[in-house]
Amino acid sequence: MKKISILLVLVMVFSIFAVGCGGGGGEDTDVVAGIDVEGTTIKIGVFEPTTGENGGGGIQEVLGIRYANSLYPTVDINGTTYDIQLVEVDNQSDKTAAVTAAQSLVSQGVVTVLGSYGSGVSIAAGPTFAEAGVPAIGCSCTNPQVTLGNDFYFRACFLDPFQGTVMANYAIDAGYTKAAVISQNGDDYSTGLAGFFKQAYTDLGGEIVADETYQTNESDFNAILTTVKASGAEVIFVPSSIATATLILPQITANGIDAQVLASDTWENAAIISEDAVGAVFSTFFDEKDESNAIAKEFVDGFKVFLNSDAQYLTWNAGTDTVAAVSALGYDTYMAAYHALEALDGTDIEVVNSVAIRDALVNVQFDGVTGAIAFDENGDAIKDTAYLKTVTEDSVATKEFSFVKTQSVAEL
Amino acid sequence: MSNKTKNLCSLALALVIVGFIACSYYMTDKTSMIRTVLQLGAIYALAACSMNLLNGVTGLFSLGQAGFMAVGAYVFAVFTIPVSKKAGVYYLYGVADWLKNIELSPFIAMILGGLVAAFLAYLIGIPVLRLKSDYFAIATLGFAEIVRILVASSLFNKITNGSLGLNSIPKFTKVFGLPSYFTPFIVVAICITIIMLVVRSTYGRAFKAIREDEIAAEAMGINLAKHKRMSFIISSFFAGVSGALLVQYLGATTPTTFPIAMTYNILLIVVIGGMGSMTGSIISAFLVTAAKEWWLRFLDVEHYIGGFHIPLMRTGFRMVVFSVILMIVVLFWRRGIMGNKEFSWDGIYNFFTGKNKKKKAKAEAAEGGALNE
Amino acid sequence: MDFTSFLSYCLAGISVGSIYALIAIGYTMVYGILRLINFAHGDVFMMSAYFMIFAMGVMPWYLSMIVVIIATIVLGVLIEKAAYKPLRTAPRMSIMISAIGVSYFLQNFATYLFSALPKAYPSIPVLNKTIKFGEVSTSLVTFITPILTIIAVFILMFIIKKTKVGMAMRAVSKDFETAQLMGIKINDVISITFVIGCFLAALGSILYFTPRPSVYPLVGSLPGLKCFIAAVFGGIGSIPGAVVGGFLIGLSETFIKAAGYSEFSDVFTFIILVIVLMFRPTGLFGEKMSEKV
Repeated sequence: MKKISILLVLVMVFSIFAVGCGGGGGEDTDVVAGIDVEGTTIKIGVFEPTTGENGGGGIQEVLGIRYANSLYPTVDINGTTYDIQLVEVDNQSDKTAAVTAAQSLVSQGVVTVLGSYGSGVSIAAGPTFAEAGVPAIGCSCTNPQVTLGNDFYFRACFLDPFQGTVMANYAIDAGYTKAAVISQNGDDYSTGLAGFFKQAYTDLGGEIVADETYQTNESDFNAILTTVKASGAEVIFVPSSIATATLILPQITANGIDAQVLASDTWENAAIISEDAVGAVFSTFFDEKDESNAIAKEFVDGFKVFLNSDAQYLTWNAGTDTVAAVSALGYDTYMAAYHALEALDGTDIEVVNSVAIRDALVNVQFDGVTGAIAFDENGDAIKDTAYLKTVTEDSVATKEFSFVKTQSVAEL
Repeated sequence: MSNKTKNLCSLALALVIVGFIACSYYMTDKTSMIRTVLQLGAIYALAACSMNLLNGVTGLFSLGQAGFMAVGAYVFAVFTIPVSKKAGVYYLYGVADWLKNIELSPFIAMILGGLVAAFLAYLIGIPVLRLKSDYFAIATLGFAEIVRILVASSLFNKITNGSLGLNSIPKFTKVFGLPSYFTPFIVVAICITIIMLVVRSTYGRAFKAIREDEIAAEAMGINLAKHKRMSFIISSFFAGVSGALLVQYLGATTPTTFPIAMTYNILLIVVIGGMGSMTGSIISAFLVTAAKEWWLRFLDVEHYIGGFHIPLMRTGFRMVVFSVILMIVVLFWRRGIMGNKEFSWDGIYNFFTGKNKKKKAKAEAAEGGALNE
Repeated sequence: MDFTSFLSYCLAGISVGSIYALIAIGYTMVYGILRLINFAHGDVFMMSAYFMIFAMGVMPWYLSMIVVIIATIVLGVLIEKAAYKPLRTAPRMSIMISAIGVSYFLQNFATYLFSALPKAYPSIPVLNKTIKFGEVSTSLVTFITPILTIIAVFILMFIIKKTKVGMAMRAVSKDFETAQLMGIKINDVISITFVIGCFLAALGSILYFTPRPSVYPLVGSLPGLKCFIAAVFGGIGSIPGAVVGGFLIGLSETFIKAAGYSEFSDVFTFIILVIVLMFRPTGLFGEKMSEKV
């Protein structure tokens, strides 16, 4: 009896709450005031994973941002020269840590945030930035949910529905009608992209013959790959983290599977290049060899010098000076913030405020390394081009990817 | 010390704590780090206390904490996402029909989260509670993993949104007309009070007896199965509530929000605070959260003194230092901050006056801890 | 399922299972003697892979192997001396937290030193030869692994059953204090246990990473967990149990994936574990726990 009464009391106490307070559930509705710049230093937060599952790609994005900051360290607004200072914080690729990391940025008075690599952490931290009135510009977080319904989140890259469609189209165009999809259970990036690929692929008349998943930090894929092989798939779509890519590729070879491997933007990293990766095709944000884009060429040359200036940078960049697409995106997000700050010059603001920067960002337009950048009403960069790249025999020696073709929405 | 003085001291301490939390709201601005740390610390304090009830007080070594938190969190999230935002959240798979128009009040959802977690604990307890020590630990760990995988699985895509996770989860709502900032503190305070009452009741004494010696406890007429089950269920209920609080704090959740590492983190808080000591768990929850998320952050940044580049400090260094500090605490302060004792004025009094020297010598670690905090 | 696929699945299951078995032995031995779940074991395995990367950079593979095995053993013994030995009289939970702490430390330290980007594991030409069985292709290492595992188990059983050290180990695992009273040097026995455990972890790491040539700081966490489960499955403390557990877990998860439930392979693994524990509460080969009054 006593046990039951304790439980009852327990439930009662809570119910009182529920009745008394459930109805009045309105949030404190103060207008977002944003954060003012103090003194002559504008702080820009860098919100990236530098440890944990996505630490490898995150730090390459940081490198791009640092490089941009080294080129454009000051900005003039209404006659005052402001120093731009980067405040870096590690979100550990972990959603709980991401929120506190975001909070720590906001508490240090940053007026703009750049990042992150990986959509999950960006989605988790989005409300924190929105509440503080600090605009955030995502580098390579491709999930639609990042910017959806969040007025303060922008992004410089394309979205998963687009990327998934591009890869599906590529597969169909190349004449592959049977696809296997391998995605990471519990990971929003991988599963989301796989979902969009499957949708587009079946719409285009293809058939998904195997749909396999693996656990986070899994390193043995033999069982899955045997199934894939038995399914007779002609093409395998593997949206995954870099770490998984380096594990699954050799196992694909070892299992004697000769299907075409397709993947997504995360694979654009020198760490995956090996004999086993030869032939794999993936979509990415820019092409470093594109001669027609002068800005990109300048960036690539400058960034290589930057990378070679510090041994630690090279370690972080997988030991080579190949420019990762995420570094380019990091650079572009910094430039977007920079252009927004420049746009404030000549307006009648007294202090530089984060909300003002957000308002300026809406109208920012410039030519970036990864193409022309302007944001739509969701805050997504209007990007209609994906660059498809592959690994060739030459890549293994040069540690550089080779360009296949561009694919844009219009062609789809 | 007379009872009157003790009561006065307790009152004063309670006032100081309430005042401090109030100050943390009224004296700081919205973006202050102290607010984050206090809120998160409070949530972890509840999670740690609920784990402590099972691991420290009853001596059942469970590693399923993250699983129960995930259940509470997901139940809360699924039932509180505003109807108008559901289409956006379930953008890929769509939402289950029965769920389309359901939107519960956060407090009901929180209790529901706890109850579902408690019910699951009841079900799992039937087979698992028969296992001994480490086998129980691994079975509960397995349960936590099963929960995580099932939540992410395509079976429940229309409910949990699979791997894509849920967002647009309502943040804390107002209680008693106070700003929503205080909600987690109030909920956590109530929950921990209930846990402490349970610990001090006959049931609590039975739990402790089981911890000390199962056979002797049984000989004294304690129904082992019943009490173990009770402890497991109560602990899971509050784990579920803490999960629901955490998800309100985060505003978004995915299956990977509750990895095994989460269980380890909470276990760590419990051990640093002292197994079996609720006050210890509370203190260490705040200390660990503050150290990890706030005080040590500077270690991740490269520093220069004048032109001199301080070596070692670069990204990732914080976690290295954190784990080293953790090791040092465990190695040199092995009983944790409070040992298995609760905070008491006698302890402090004796420490200052040096009375009860013999007793003090015996419980040195615990009392020393009381002073330091 | 045709025969070719079946054969492939069997190979995949046996190869991964035998590595689980090798590492599970490390867990089970440490548990048998210290009653400690050595959470850091999976990370020692990971560090061993990093050692190999650096060793292969400067010396041929056969030398590297020896160096890596020695380095891993040194690391393991160091961990024992620094993190577990001072806690010998502390509550069991403290040692466990210490193990979790070491695991954290190794992961964070590896991230700090080597960055979170995966590094390519050097290829050992002898092990990496591809061989074909009709339709099934696999690398030589897949065959070597189970054979080595079984050899290792026999040698271990011999050490434990027939030598003086082995006798001391058995005594210590039966009763810590009494063994001490009988003049057994507890610390030496524990060190030897860690030497053996880490030797097997290093060996396992070489065999594991050769066909899966990528190393990153968290790579040890999942195999670590699986091997731990394997050890529990077989009855923690029992070496044949760990081996059987390792093979069973490897095979069962492979065939669950083969049946098209890759999403739920771990769920089934855990459910099987719980069912086994229901009927044999101390695992397949575990000793009955005596209740002391």
